[in-house]
Amino acid sequence: MSLSESTIAQLRKQLKSGDITPADIIKDLHQGMEKVNESLGAYISYDVEAALKEAETADLSLPLGGIPIAVKDNINVKGQPCTCGSKFLDENYTAPYNATSIDLLRKGGAIPFGRANMDEFAMGSSTENSAFFPARNPWDLARVPGGSSGGSATAVGANIALAALGSDTGGSIRQPAAFCGNVGIKPTYGRVSRYGLVAFASSLDQIGPITKTVEDAALVLNHLCGHDARDSTSLKVEVPDFTSALGQDLKGLRIGIAKEHFIDGIHPGIREAVEKAVKQMESLGATIVDISLPHTDIGIATYYILAPAEASANLARFDGVRYGHRAEVPADVENDKRLLYHYQKTRSEGFGPEVKRRILLGTYVLSSGYYDAYYVKAQKARTLVRRDFTEAFEKVDLVVSPTTPVPPFKIGAFRDDPLSLYLEDLFTIPANLAGLPAISVPCGMIQHEGVELPVGLHLTAKPLDEVTVLRAAHAYEQATEWHKRRAPGV
Amino acid sequence: MSQSEINLQHTAKLARLELTEEEMARYQSQIAGILDYMKVLEAHEDLAAVDPTAHAMPVYDVWREDASRDGFTAEEALSNAPRKSQGQFLITRVVEE
Repeated sequence: MSLSESTIAQLRKQLKSGDITPADIIKDLHQGMEKVNESLGAYISYDVEAALKEAETADLSLPLGGIPIAVKDNINVKGQPCTCGSKFLDENYTAPYNATSIDLLRKGGAIPFGRANMDEFAMGSSTENSAFFPARNPWDLARVPGGSSGGSATAVGANIALAALGSDTGGSIRQPAAFCGNVGIKPTYGRVSRYGLVAFASSLDQIGPITKTVEDAALVLNHLCGHDARDSTSLKVEVPDFTSALGQDLKGLRIGIAKEHFIDGIHPGIREAVEKAVKQMESLGATIVDISLPHTDIGIATYYILAPAEASANLARFDGVRYGHRAEVPADVENDKRLLYHYQKTRSEGFGPEVKRRILLGTYVLSSGYYDAYYVKAQKARTLVRRDFTEAFEKVDLVVSPTTPVPPFKIGAFRDDPLSLYLEDLFTIPANLAGLPAISVPCGMIQHEGVELPVGLHLTAKPLDEVTVLRAAHAYEQATEWHKRRAPGV
Repeated sequence: MSQSEINLQHTAKLARLELTEEEMARYQSQIAGILDYMKVLEAHEDLAAVDPTAHAMPVYDVWREDASRDGFTAEEALSNAPRKSQGQFLITRVVEE
């Protein structure tokens, strides 16, 4: 097995024994990047020299000492570009500070290496909305890797990253992880500081890792969590050792299956894989309990009001004055129209189609006369979605469902049909609306349109109960072989 | 609550976006379709009886000690400025000379 095919846990042993150095890992990853990144579109940029320089001083006694980790291109790493997948920040923005998540990873010894491709400003479920090039699914290059953290998932799935940071606003870690055969976890809202993450929808965004195994997810999560005074939504709570829960069986664990998660429209292969996974968890000691989440059907409508509304406000900062693209104002534009011209031209040139669509939608639902009809109504709907989970977690410890209703789709399949694309996020969005921790773990492979594609199992727990999510996902993972299946290569 | 036609020109101006005719036509139909879908919220009669949730988790005021600390230098703050002059951001002229 090459270094880049290994897990973090495996490489840690080799690093500690002195069999390999951090530079060996970076060189091995770099070799793969040079070979396949052009066809995969996983990375927007990477700086191997800077990573090798950091590797020279890596402290191997630290838990992630010398481990390179790819970073979604909307998380600031001082001195590196941070494009957010947008022409707005292309070639004219260098991060002047570190995100807290980067500071914490570095404290754990990790080396940020590579800027992973993404949907522009994290808006999308396919990574087709990157302003540079689409990322492709390593299992079938004609298909999407999911989004918006598609570059992160592709890089891990194709063995050109050991692990990668993503951001999850409506499923953007878990859905691409499912599509690429990886593990992806969205921690409880507030567990990980959002300081330094370029905001899309502030009440929903959360940083988390995409990895090859549950153990690696726990290892990385140990070095992402913690209170941060620079983020007013950061929770002042103890951070457990997430690896301590691994290795336990599922005896005594109550797993909820909601009838609303097994509706018409789910791909039959996905339904079958998830049903088998539930039986497997039962055989490992879990008790299966039928539950109801009656407001599942309004999750998407709620999300696609709240997220664009917050995005329209967050993206107002992109005005061409302090950073990013700036349009020229011709001399013949009248003085009293020059500033409006500057803003409109700058933003129209800088933003891509999906971002413009969401800004327009968000501006509309917040505008006079429609605020109560859409925005307030969606906030009330959010209360109902959250209440569903609160009631469910009185009866169960986990809610299990498919991560996605359908397998990875072909690039361009939803180009002119954004609503159908939005509906793909049916199972992942509720965890964001309610702020819950949730993971996607591989649970099968299906034959679909002549290709073999991965399936994801989605596990959700009550707030701050990542330990149970990881414990259950790890027990299931270790009882199966799905996490050992790697993409056939490119 | 749903609108088959929205005043997209006005919305674009509020959003500080300038749309081409082609964009106007495309977004008009796409956004109308998305807003039509929002009717699904109407199906739940219990919606009116609940309080809105702005945040899934409690949000607290953040206080820090009133003490000086390092921040961005002027040079760092200006490092990404598209246009700058004499240590300041250069903005588009809005008044008569």
